[in-house]
Amino acid sequence: MVNYGIAILLLPLMAFVVQIFIGKRLPRNGDWVSVSAVALTLCLSLAMFGVMLVKYDPEFSVDETWTWFDLGSLQVQIGILIDNVTVVMLLVVSLVSTLVHVYSTAYMEGDLRYSRYFAFLSLFTFSMNGIVLANNLLGIYIFWELVGLSSYLLIGHWFEKDSASDAAKKAFLVNRVGDIGMFIGIMLFFTATGSFLFRDVFAGVESGLLSTEILTVAGLCLFAGAIGKSAQFPLHVWLPDAMEGPTPVSALIHAATMVAAGVYLSFRLFPIFTPTALTVIAYIGGFTAIFAAIIAVTQNDIKKVLAYSTVSQLGYMILAVGVGAYTYGLFHLVTHAAFKAGLFLCSGSVIHAMHYAYHELHDHESDPQDMRNMGGMRDKMKTTFLTMLICTVALSGVPFTSGFLSKDAILAGTLSFTLHHPEHFLLVLFGFGAALLTAFYMFRLIFMTFYGEPVRREVYDNIHESPSAMTAPLVTLATLSFFLFFTLPYFNPFSDHGWFTVLIDSRDSVVPGHLNLTAHEIAEGMHHAHTPAMLLSILIAFSGIGLAVFMYLQKRISADHIAAKLSLPYKLSLNKFFVDETYQRYLINPSLILARMIAFFDWEIYDKYIVNGFGKVTEWFSRVVGIRWDYDILDQQIVDGVGRTTGFFSARLRLIQTGKVQNYLVWVLAGVIMIYVFQAI
Amino acid sequence: MVDLNTYLVIGALLFSLGIFGVITRRNGVAVLMGVELILNAANVNFVAFARFGGMDLSGHIFSLFVIILAAAEAAVALAIILNIYNNMGTINIDEADQLKQ
Repeated sequence: MVNYGIAILLLPLMAFVVQIFIGKRLPRNGDWVSVSAVALTLCLSLAMFGVMLVKYDPEFSVDETWTWFDLGSLQVQIGILIDNVTVVMLLVVSLVSTLVHVYSTAYMEGDLRYSRYFAFLSLFTFSMNGIVLANNLLGIYIFWELVGLSSYLLIGHWFEKDSASDAAKKAFLVNRVGDIGMFIGIMLFFTATGSFLFRDVFAGVESGLLSTEILTVAGLCLFAGAIGKSAQFPLHVWLPDAMEGPTPVSALIHAATMVAAGVYLSFRLFPIFTPTALTVIAYIGGFTAIFAAIIAVTQNDIKKVLAYSTVSQLGYMILAVGVGAYTYGLFHLVTHAAFKAGLFLCSGSVIHAMHYAYHELHDHESDPQDMRNMGGMRDKMKTTFLTMLICTVALSGVPFTSGFLSKDAILAGTLSFTLHHPEHFLLVLFGFGAALLTAFYMFRLIFMTFYGEPVRREVYDNIHESPSAMTAPLVTLATLSFFLFFTLPYFNPFSDHGWFTVLIDSRDSVVPGHLNLTAHEIAEGMHHAHTPAMLLSILIAFSGIGLAVFMYLQKRISADHIAAKLSLPYKLSLNKFFVDETYQRYLINPSLILARMIAFFDWEIYDKYIVNGFGKVTEWFSRVVGIRWDYDILDQQIVDGVGRTTGFFSARLRLIQTGKVQNYLVWVLAGVIMIYVFQAI
Repeated sequence: MVDLNTYLVIGALLFSLGIFGVITRRNGVAVLMGVELILNAANVNFVAFARFGGMDLSGHIFSLFVIILAAAEAAVALAIILNIYNNMGTINIDEADQLKQ
């Protein structure tokens, strides 16, 4: 298994190296290198998945550790951990990655930096696999930064556009904020336990090496990394902007895998979170879920809706971790990866078609992503429409879909948590409220895009279905949105018991003092809350859909009318609650002013007087030392003096050397006589 | 009866004369003759020690060797002097002081 893991890790890296160096010179710009590398990782992941299903052992785990470097007392170990979670995550990453690679061959066709794009996609796949395979915090951190880098590079793929390069920088910087917290958290655990390995850290926490307060702080610091990467409030601002990247990138990185890394991290580290930390996590997740859902309701850009929807769904997963139903958080991660990647790829297909139509009409002004320019496209793009509808249904949590199973379980977990702690009733409102809004805005998207009358006839006439390299991934992902793949071997669409829930076993917290509920208690509570939560969530999903049908399909209620009535909330939602503006005003501008002041001080005062002053003093000093001391005294007196003395003596001594053999003979004779004389004495 | 000391004194005198000649003469040939005297002083000593020192014939053999060697040496030295003369037009060895340079 470990060999498989290493192969899965290194194949995309090799593809990256090949692509970046010789990609341009290969036929087809070398896209087949990347595609075949990730397809191979998919095969390997499927093989591992098969092995896992055959073993069917919740305890299965292979942990292999190597010493990276050894500095005496400091030993840094890295390694690979393969358990059921890893296998499932590897499958998700490699599957979505493969589909996105295939999709990109059509979507990015003719792009200026085609091979570079594939190189970075492969780099991303490598890094993401690295996060999943690492068995230690340091390894996770390294790959964490690498996914951040590849995300940066891919968001800024079209860096000629200012908005794209700005979005890339924003994503990188906002992530950095969270990553600093994460680094502090890692270091706190390392100082306390002396190891980066999960098992050592867990053992250290269990034996009480960290006090509860420190443990809370350290856990929240680590979670800060997840806030950044998984775009949780208040660091969610980068994800909607990241939609400037190519749509397949949004599907792979900003919907299915990288943004889920935060959830994965929280999942892995769940046992070390204290109850206080978990409560904070739950509130952040729950608030993000409803907050992003409210924003998504009024957005008109098709990708922005999906972006906020992603933020909201990630909030769900984080909420699940916070309330203890964290295995279901991972479950939602997996199901969400399929249908959200599907949704993004569908939107990409729509944008692709719109772009093509505008291009045919030589219209470079209209926005191909604005849903107000679409409408009635279901007849022209049957495959895209159907697959997008299926994914939307899954995201809305309608029964018989995968999304229903996972979201329902999370809501049950939240309900059960609130029943234990009634003071946290807000979490339930957040959860169910977001579910209602999700169903509403997703069907709003469907109706605005695919139903109704086309806004412009000539655009509509030029719309064509996308090529099969694009539709095939859509069909695959839409198929994976049905319940069956996750409930096997059972066929009951309302039961959340399947291979996933059996194999991904929840673990008890290792926080000392039995402050947390045990896994068994949580499962028990969820079991009781399951039926009411399920009924409620079905009811809510259908009411959300119904509302969307009323407002956008049958137009019995005018959306504009409501917007006019609720003008303040409407404006808040449309402008994303002015979070960006607030940051701009209260964080960015003051830092810019501070930066300018520091620059002034640095340039005008420090540079001019202190740095240059140093130079002047040094120059004066060197003149004194160089001319007075070195030249006049050392050179002239001592060094030359030695020479002069030697010259003086040698001038005397050279007189002995007459060159006459007879003189020398006299000296020899004198010498011999001397020897005899001395011997005699 | 003549004893060992007489021979040794004669040998020493010969040696001193030879050294004197080698050091003071300016003529290259005369220097060479001084060298011959030194060698012959050694010969006298060899033979004297062979006669009075209770040794066998090895002293005589050695002096024979020295005489042959002296002949060879004289030949080589004369050739050198001839070359000096060819190069410098003189056999005055004070003039041959290139070693100085």
